[in-house]
Amino acid sequence: MNAFLLGTALFLLINIGVGMIRIFRGPSAADRMLTAQLFGTTGIGVLALLSVTTIPAALDVALILALLAVLAAAAFSQRIRGTDRTRERP
Amino acid sequence: MTVLSIGLILVGCFFFLAGTVGLLRFPDVYSRLHALTKADILGLGFLLLGLAVQASSWMVVLKLFIVWWLALTASAAASHLVARAALAEGVEP
Repeated sequence: MNAFLLGTALFLLINIGVGMIRIFRGPSAADRMLTAQLFGTTGIGVLALLSVTTIPAALDVALILALLAVLAAAAFSQRIRGTDRTRERP
Repeated sequence: MTVLSIGLILVGCFFFLAGTVGLLRFPDVYSRLHALTKADILGLGFLLLGLAVQASSWMVVLKLFIVWWLALTASAAASHLVARAALAEGVEP
Protein backbone atom coordinates (compact mmCIF):
# COMPACT_ATOMS: atom_id res chain seq x y z
CA MET A 1 0.00 0.00 0.00
CA ASN A 2 2.78 2.38 0.89
CA ALA A 3 4.50 1.72 -2.41
CA PHE A 4 1.29 2.46 -4.28
CA LEU A 5 0.79 5.76 -2.43
CA LEU A 6 4.35 6.86 -3.03
CA GLY A 7 3.99 5.87 -6.68
CA THR A 8 0.92 8.09 -6.87
CA ALA A 9 2.90 10.96 -5.35
CA LEU A 10 5.56 10.44 -8.01
CA PHE A 11 2.88 10.48 -10.70
CA LEU A 12 1.56 13.81 -9.37
CA LEU A 13 5.06 15.26 -9.46
CA ILE A 14 5.44 14.19 -13.09
CA ASN A 15 2.10 15.92 -13.67
CA ILE A 16 3.55 19.18 -12.38
CA GLY A 17 6.60 18.70 -14.58
CA VAL A 18 4.43 18.33 -17.65
CA GLY A 19 2.28 21.29 -16.61
CA MET A 20 5.36 23.50 -16.49
CA ILE A 21 5.34 23.55 -20.29
CA ARG A 22 2.57 26.09 -19.87
CA ILE A 23 5.00 28.38 -18.05
CA PHE A 24 7.22 28.29 -21.10
CA ARG A 25 4.57 28.76 -23.71
CA GLY A 26 1.85 30.75 -21.98
CA PRO A 27 1.32 33.98 -23.84
CA SER A 28 0.07 35.98 -20.85
CA ALA A 29 1.09 36.34 -17.24
CA ALA A 30 -2.22 34.85 -16.14
CA ASP A 31 -1.19 31.55 -17.76
CA ARG A 32 1.88 31.42 -15.60
CA MET A 33 -0.11 32.24 -12.49
CA LEU A 34 -2.47 29.46 -13.48
CA THR A 35 0.40 27.00 -13.42
CA ALA A 36 1.31 28.27 -9.97
CA GLN A 37 -2.21 27.27 -8.91
CA LEU A 38 -1.49 23.84 -10.39
CA PHE A 39 1.57 23.69 -8.18
CA GLY A 40 -0.54 24.51 -5.15
CA THR A 41 -3.28 21.98 -5.79
CA THR A 42 -0.92 19.17 -6.72
CA GLY A 43 1.27 20.04 -3.75
CA ILE A 44 -1.72 19.56 -1.46
CA GLY A 45 -2.28 16.14 -3.01
CA VAL A 46 1.36 15.11 -2.63
CA LEU A 47 1.46 16.31 0.98
CA ALA A 48 -1.71 14.40 1.82
CA LEU A 49 -0.21 11.23 0.36
CA LEU A 50 3.02 11.78 2.29
CA SER A 51 1.08 12.36 5.49
CA VAL A 52 -0.54 8.93 5.26
CA THR A 53 2.72 7.13 4.53
CA THR A 54 5.63 8.74 6.36
CA ILE A 55 5.09 12.17 7.95
CA PRO A 56 1.78 12.62 9.80
CA ALA A 57 2.29 16.38 10.18
CA ALA A 58 2.28 16.94 6.42
CA LEU A 59 -1.51 17.34 6.51
CA ASP A 60 -1.15 20.61 8.44
CA VAL A 61 1.35 21.82 5.86
CA ALA A 62 -1.25 21.02 3.17
CA LEU A 63 -3.75 23.29 4.96
CA ILE A 64 -1.26 26.16 5.02
CA LEU A 65 -0.38 25.59 1.37
CA ALA A 66 -4.05 25.95 0.41
CA LEU A 67 -4.20 29.29 2.22
CA LEU A 68 -0.98 30.53 0.67
CA ALA A 69 -2.24 29.66 -2.80
CA VAL A 70 -5.08 32.13 -2.37
CA LEU A 71 -2.68 34.77 -1.09
CA ALA A 72 -0.45 34.27 -4.10
CA ALA A 73 -3.39 34.63 -6.48
CA ALA A 74 -4.56 37.76 -4.65
CA ALA A 75 -1.09 39.31 -4.82
CA PHE A 76 -0.81 38.54 -8.52
CA SER A 77 -4.23 39.94 -9.29
CA GLN A 78 -3.52 43.10 -7.31
CA ARG A 79 -0.25 43.64 -9.12
CA ILE A 80 -1.75 43.20 -12.56
CA ARG A 81 -4.74 45.40 -11.95
CA GLY A 82 -2.72 48.20 -10.36
CA THR A 83 -2.51 48.98 -6.67
CA ASP A 84 -5.18 50.25 -4.37
CA ARG A 85 -7.92 52.52 -5.55
CA THR A 86 -7.87 54.83 -2.57
CA ARG A 87 -5.24 56.99 -4.17
CA GLU A 88 -7.25 57.75 -7.28
CA ARG A 89 -9.10 60.75 -5.87
CA PRO A 90 -6.75 63.34 -4.35
CA MET B 1 -11.63 -1.47 1.84
CA THR B 2 -8.15 -1.34 0.39
CA VAL B 3 -9.47 -2.02 -3.10
CA LEU B 4 -11.99 0.82 -2.72
CA SER B 5 -9.24 3.16 -1.55
CA ILE B 6 -6.94 2.24 -4.44
CA GLY B 7 -9.80 2.65 -6.89
CA LEU B 8 -10.69 6.12 -5.60
CA ILE B 9 -7.06 7.26 -5.68
CA LEU B 10 -6.69 6.02 -9.26
CA VAL B 11 -9.81 7.94 -10.31
CA GLY B 12 -8.33 11.01 -8.65
CA CYS B 13 -5.09 10.59 -10.56
CA PHE B 14 -7.02 10.25 -13.80
CA PHE B 15 -8.76 13.58 -13.15
CA PHE B 16 -5.43 15.23 -12.34
CA LEU B 17 -4.07 13.99 -15.65
CA ALA B 18 -7.16 15.25 -17.47
CA GLY B 19 -6.72 18.66 -15.84
CA THR B 20 -3.10 18.92 -16.95
CA VAL B 21 -3.93 17.84 -20.48
CA GLY B 22 -6.59 20.55 -20.53
CA LEU B 23 -4.06 23.07 -19.25
CA LEU B 24 -1.75 22.25 -22.12
CA ARG B 25 -4.22 21.96 -24.95
CA PHE B 26 -7.03 24.47 -24.42
CA PRO B 27 -6.91 27.48 -26.72
CA ASP B 28 -7.11 30.41 -24.29
CA VAL B 29 -6.61 31.48 -20.69
CA TYR B 30 -10.23 31.26 -19.56
CA SER B 31 -10.81 27.70 -20.72
CA ARG B 32 -7.50 26.69 -19.16
CA LEU B 33 -8.73 28.24 -15.93
CA HIS B 34 -11.82 26.03 -16.18
CA ALA B 35 -9.78 22.90 -16.80
CA LEU B 36 -7.45 23.62 -13.95
CA THR B 37 -9.88 24.51 -11.20
CA LYS B 38 -12.71 22.08 -11.98
CA ALA B 39 -10.81 18.96 -13.00
CA ASP B 40 -7.91 19.31 -10.60
CA ILE B 41 -10.05 20.00 -7.55
CA LEU B 42 -12.28 17.07 -8.45
CA GLY B 43 -9.21 14.86 -8.69
CA LEU B 44 -8.01 16.16 -5.35
CA GLY B 45 -11.41 15.35 -3.85
CA PHE B 46 -11.26 11.75 -5.05
CA LEU B 47 -7.69 11.43 -3.86
CA LEU B 48 -8.53 12.68 -0.37
CA LEU B 49 -11.65 10.50 -0.28
CA GLY B 50 -9.53 7.47 -1.11
CA LEU B 51 -7.15 8.40 1.68
CA ALA B 52 -9.99 9.00 4.13
CA VAL B 53 -11.41 5.51 3.50
CA GLN B 54 -8.28 3.92 4.86
CA ALA B 55 -7.40 6.52 7.47
CA SER B 56 -6.29 5.44 10.92
CA SER B 57 -8.56 7.63 13.04
CA TRP B 58 -11.50 10.04 12.85
CA MET B 59 -9.24 13.02 13.47
CA VAL B 60 -7.40 12.24 10.23
CA VAL B 61 -10.70 12.00 8.35
CA LEU B 62 -11.77 15.35 9.75
CA LYS B 63 -8.47 16.95 8.77
CA LEU B 64 -8.68 15.52 5.26
CA PHE B 65 -12.20 16.92 4.92
CA ILE B 66 -11.02 20.35 6.09
CA VAL B 67 -8.13 20.27 3.61
CA TRP B 68 -10.52 19.37 0.79
CA TRP B 69 -12.99 22.11 1.69
CA LEU B 70 -10.22 24.69 2.02
CA ALA B 71 -8.67 23.68 -1.31
CA LEU B 72 -12.10 23.96 -2.95
CA THR B 73 -12.77 27.46 -1.61
CA ALA B 74 -9.20 28.59 -2.22
CA SER B 75 -9.24 27.43 -5.81
CA ALA B 76 -12.60 29.09 -6.48
CA ALA B 77 -11.31 32.39 -5.11
CA ALA B 78 -7.99 32.08 -6.91
CA SER B 79 -9.60 31.28 -10.25
CA HIS B 80 -11.80 34.35 -9.93
CA LEU B 81 -8.79 36.54 -9.11
CA VAL B 82 -6.69 35.19 -11.95
CA ALA B 83 -9.59 35.71 -14.38
CA ARG B 84 -9.91 39.34 -13.24
CA ALA B 85 -6.20 39.85 -13.75
CA ALA B 86 -6.36 38.31 -17.21
CA LEU B 87 -9.23 40.62 -18.10
CA ALA B 88 -7.25 43.62 -16.89
CA GLU B 89 -4.30 42.46 -18.98
CA GLY B 90 -6.45 42.64 -22.06
CA VAL B 91 -6.91 38.97 -22.93
CA GLU B 92 -10.12 38.68 -24.93
CA PRO B 93 -12.56 36.02 -23.63
